Order: sequence, then structure tokens, then C-alpha cells
Amino acid sequence: MRFVDEYRDPDLARALSAQIAALTEPGRHYKVMEVCGGHTHAIYRYGVHDLLPDNIELVHGPGCPVCVIPMGRVDDGIAIAEQPGVILTCFGDMMRVPGGRGSFLEANARGADIRMVYSPLDALRIARENPDRQVVFSAIGFETTAPSTALTVLRAEQEGVENFSVMCSHVTIIPAIKAILDSPDLRLDAFIGPGHVSTVIGCRPYEFIAREHGKPVVCAGFEPLDVLQSVHMIMRQLAESRCEVENQYGRVVRWDGNPLALKALSQVFELRPFFEWRGLGSIPQSALRFTAGYARFDAEQRFELPGVQVADPKACQCGEVLKGVLKPWECKVFGTACTPETPIGTCMVSSEGACAAYYNYGQYSRQRLDLQVL
Amino acid sequence: MPKTLTEQEVGARIEEIRLRPKRFRDDRVTMAHGAGGKASRSLVEGLVVPLLGEYAPSALGDAAVVTVEGTRMAFTTDSFVVSPLSFPGGCIGDLAVNGTVNDLAVSGARPLAISLAMILEEGLPADVLEQQVRAVAAAAAAAGVQVAAGDTKVVERGRCDGMYLTTAGVGVVRSGAELAPEHVRPGDKVLVSGPIGDHGVAIMLARGGLDLEADLRSDTQSLWPVVESLLDACGPGVRCLRDATRGGVATVLNEIALAAGVGVVLAESRVPVRPEVTGACEILGIDPLYVANEGKLVAFVAPEAADAALAAMRGTAAGAEAAVVGEVRADPPGRVLGKTGFGGHRVIDVLVGDPLPRIC
Repeated sequence: MRFVDEYRDPDLARALSAQIAALTEPGRHYKVMEVCGGHTHAIYRYGVHDLLPDNIELVHGPGCPVCVIPMGRVDDGIAIAEQPGVILTCFGDMMRVPGGRGSFLEANARGADIRMVYSPLDALRIARENPDRQVVFSAIGFETTAPSTALTVLRAEQEGVENFSVMCSHVTIIPAIKAILDSPDLRLDAFIGPGHVSTVIGCRPYEFIAREHGKPVVCAGFEPLDVLQSVHMIMRQLAESRCEVENQYGRVVRWDGNPLALKALSQVFELRPFFEWRGLGSIPQSALRFTAGYARFDAEQRFELPGVQVADPKACQCGEVLKGVLKPWECKVFGTACTPETPIGTCMVSSEGACAAYYNYGQYSRQRLDLQVL
Repeated sequence: MPKTLTEQEVGARIEEIRLRPKRFRDDRVTMAHGAGGKASRSLVEGLVVPLLGEYAPSALGDAAVVTVEGTRMAFTTDSFVVSPLSFPGGCIGDLAVNGTVNDLAVSGARPLAISLAMILEEGLPADVLEQQVRAVAAAAAAAGVQVAAGDTKVVERGRCDGMYLTTAGVGVVRSGAELAPEHVRPGDKVLVSGPIGDHGVAIMLARGGLDLEADLRSDTQSLWPVVESLLDACGPGVRCLRDATRGGVATVLNEIALAAGVGVVLAESRVPVRPEVTGACEILGIDPLYVANEGKLVAFVAPEAADAALAAMRGTAAGAEAAVVGEVRADPPGRVLGKTGFGGHRVIDVLVGDPLPRIC
């Protein structure tokens, strides 16, 4: 299939794999963090590990939109959904995220009306079709999804849809990367930059990582060859003692990002002073809220929210996994108390979450089984 | 707990927990319990089977095989709640016939007769009812089964989604057919009878709301001709068959791997998938291996019978695009591994509930 197969070509993969191996220094261990959950998913889904030499370790980063949502935020969503006449809408991954009082899926079983949508525009359509109901979109995600929320709010304003509002849990990627760079217990050699976030914000915001922290960044696409090529570009930088921001995903990412998307974002949203991240704690200026001009679309102002902070379960080490300090299997409850059926932590919910990806796809990836079939 | 376990030990512990009987621990039934994945398994194995006790089915296959006065009969039942009622390539009426016919067929039984129970919503237009019953008649004729008994109930408006159908079916097991997961052994080949994912994707597109258009039809059809041809060609070389409905091919492979205590290795690039299905799944962020089929089976056959099995399937209309897609290994028991087209490999596990579209 065009635009798919060429990015999954096994012959190209083998060739790149050999070039990567040739660039490694014997005896040196390389740790490269893929910031984005989309990369984590692709790495496990296609078995990218198997094409890397043993001394290159991919560390999974914090860029999984579902994984960084704290439990209290899920409870707030359920509290909105349980008010009479409300339809809460959300992306599919959110349905199973556990809050203090269960997940959206379980709230539905108790009588709430929480619907999965593919786009915030679908939520707006539901609002138009149900003028006597309050329709709320639970907005999550990094800069990748935030512009589509902003544009939906602008359209709601244009069309005068009054029964639509947004519970905004959008977060921004740079503060999360800073939190990781400041984390004392982590030694990384380089970053695979988040491709889709970069389509919006461009590559420039990562320059401080190369300049101030001395770590290469390569913004990468999400097909397995993209990931492999970005590792190759990183290894070349390391071999040549260069330290730059490079753009592997040039077919989509422009150096200065997408000005239209950035404009819509700044029109509708501003930075929150603080936002609570799952596992990472409260990070200043790391999330979005409505500007005064669009405050009437803010579900947090339209509805009463408990807004209670729910402490993460004690055994859960999602924070350490999100920061890349622990590998998924090193978490105390991984695969025993915390499984995809009964997730304790968010990393076990979304297929982009490091734990779920590892649990679902990865357990045998390091064993290099001989899988010559047929 | 001290953090001293190695990755291998953690893996072993997970395997051990995974093989334990499932418990049903939820307060309420959620949609995930109906999706055919792990949540469904916990409901059936953790609640229904224990409560039925000695009256529970001895094996949870597609149909029960009982010997009645020397004749081996297959018996099964299935309910249909699809929305919308009609979609490209099919409707609830032909699904209700083919679903039960196929459960019998993959048990090695020639389908003889089905029952049809209808739950109708007050206000259902008569022409919709007529259209669905006509579809039942046409599918029954195509599959060669009698609709031998039936029942009708009407519920108030809003209490069901147009109509729900339940069918039960009986068939006679072909002499010599011994189809069961226990017969699967290392070295066996795995075949699918044609391109996967057509039905599930056709339904997703027909539900609208995705604004995707593709020329794609449900694959709902009787699989008995494929099974009959396979049994004729390979006899006892056919070890086990499953129709890959809810949960798709991935779920079926896992069920067999678990029940037979074997590993299954799937060559992902050999699995036939139509470009329209690949495209829709790419956009939605779901994996065709988990998408439902209504007219595709997975066959485990002895290695020496694989060529004959493939030819036999390809000689039928419903199996014309059959392919050999994988093989059975001793290790790792209970697991399905995929060799990806990219050159790596991965675990193919059972999903908890419905495949959820990814965000970005």
C-alpha cells in the first residue's frame, strides 16, 4: 500500500541496521529516549528493537497523552458526566484510564453517557444534534491534539453552539522534557523528538537541549523506518561528536512549525500556572487553559468540579517509568497486580503507554527467538 | 518486595499469572465484557462456568459435540445485536444464519437446522422486518439449513435497537473429523481462508461518524463448503478450526495456543488483508488482526497436509484467497508471536475489550 509499505521495507531496515551497528563504539552503552508514546508503540508494534545492536537501549519517555493524566482529573470528568443531561465525549484511549472512582467505561455502566469520538469536531456535532443536552469534550494530549481542540472551540463560537464546552487537560511537551533533563537519576545520550508535536511547534523549541544539555535531538516520524533512521542520525551525531537538533520527519515537520495552528492555540488557550502530571508531580507552565475571551467554553467553569487530588496508588511507579528511570518490567506491580485488564497505572492503559506496549508486544523482544517461519 | 527479579523472571511470573483461571471482579457489566477479549473471558470463565458447575460446557469451543445414539451431533447458539441492521455486504438476518452455521461448520459438522428467536422493538417498520426475514431465508437456502423453530417477542420502544436475533443450530459431525485444540501440535501449519477484517471495518464505516469511504463489504457467508472441502482433502490432517469472529484472528490464535499449550508464530506479511482494510485501520490506529470477520476461518493442519489444505480451500468460493500464515511451535506455550513485515517480532496478545483507536 502506498505511503505505508515504503516506510516498512525490511531490506532498507536491514541495511540501516547494519549502518547503525557500524557506528557504535564497542563497550559503550547508548541510551536514547523516544519522547513520544507514538514512537513507543511503533517500536514494539514492528519489533524495531530487533534491528538495533544490544548496546543501544531505547528508553520510553513521557509523551503518552493518556499516561500523564492524574487520577483526580478522571474523577472530575466522571463528576461532569454524572450531572443530569450531560454527554461527555473523549478519545478512545481515555475510556479505560482508572481514576479514584473507576474508569469512564465503568461510569457508563453506572448510567453516565460518555461517548468515544475520533475528533473534537465529532463532539461539536453531537452538541448540535442534542441542543437540550450539555456536551463536554474531555480534551487531552500534547500540542499534537491541542490545535484541533482550539479550532473546534473557534467553530463553536462561529456557529453559536451554546451547549458545548471543553474540559481542557492539554499539556505541553517542553516542560516534561525539562523535568526529565533535571532528573538526577537518568543518564541519556540523546532524544528522538516527538514528530507530531513538532509539526505544530517546529524544531526550534528543542535547541536548548542540544545547546544547554549537550544532547542530540532528532525529530522523527512514526513508521518503523523513520524510527530506525532517526537512531542512525543520532548515532552519526554521537560518532562525529556533533550535538544538534535534526529533522528526520521533513516530509511533515517544518523548522518553525505550523503558524496557523500556533495562532489558533494562542487565541484560545494560555498557559496554566501549574498542572499536576501523573507521576511527575506539579509542573509550572506545563498545561493549557482557556483565555478570558473563551472562558465561556471552559467546562471547569461551567460545572462544579470536585477537583480533588487523588494520590497515585502507592505501589504504582508510573512516574519512574514515565521519566525513563525504570523500565516497565522493573516496576513492582508490572504484570502482576497491574495488567492491561486491571491497570493500576496509566502506563498500562494506552497502547502508547510504555508498560502496555511492553506487556502486549515486547516481552519476547529481547530474547531474539529464531522466528524463521515458513 | 525487593526489586531483584530479572526481566526473564518477571516474564515467567506474568506467564504464570496469565495462565491462572480468570476471575470476574467487576461491579457491573461494561461494554468490554462483550468484546470477545480478556474481559469476556473473565465473565464466562470467572462467573458463568463456575456457577453452572457440573452443568457447564466441558470445553468452550464454537459448538458442543454430543453423541446421540451413536451419532455425533454439534449444537450451538449465538445472538446478534449489530447496529446498523443493514450494512454493505450483509445485514443482521444473514449474520444470524451464517454465524451459527459457521460455529457448527468449524466443529466439523454439516449444519442441518437452526432456530430463530426475534426480539423486536415497538415501532420497527414492517418493511425492515420483512427485509431481514428475507435475508434469513436467503442465507438459510445458501447454507442448506432449515429454520426449524422460532420465537417472537416485542419490547417497548427504546428497549432494544430495532431488532435482536438469536439462533441456535444443530449439525451432524462428519465421520472422521476430530477437531479440537488438543490435537494441535508443534510443526502444524496455520492457514486463514481469506482476507481478514472486512466485516469489522465495513461495520465501522457503515456506522458513519468517521467520514471515511471505502468500497468494502462484510464477508458474511457460510464456511461449510470450505470445511467440507478441507475435510475431504485432508481428513485427520485437519487438527482444529475456528471462525475468526469477535476479536479477530489474533484472539482465535491465542485461544488455540492457550488451549493446546503450544506457541504460534505468525508471519504477519503473509496474512491477506485488503488495501481498503489496511487503510482504514491505519487511519483509526487499530490492528486488522483484532478486527471481526463473519466468513473467515483459521485452520490448523498437519504439516504434510498443508499443501492439500491450501488447494482445497482455494478451490471454494469462500476460500479462494486462502493463505498459509504461520506455524505451531512448542515454545513459548500459550503465546502467539508475530514476525513483523519489517523484520522484527512482537507478542500478539488478546485485547481486554474492543480495540480502542489511538489518539495521535
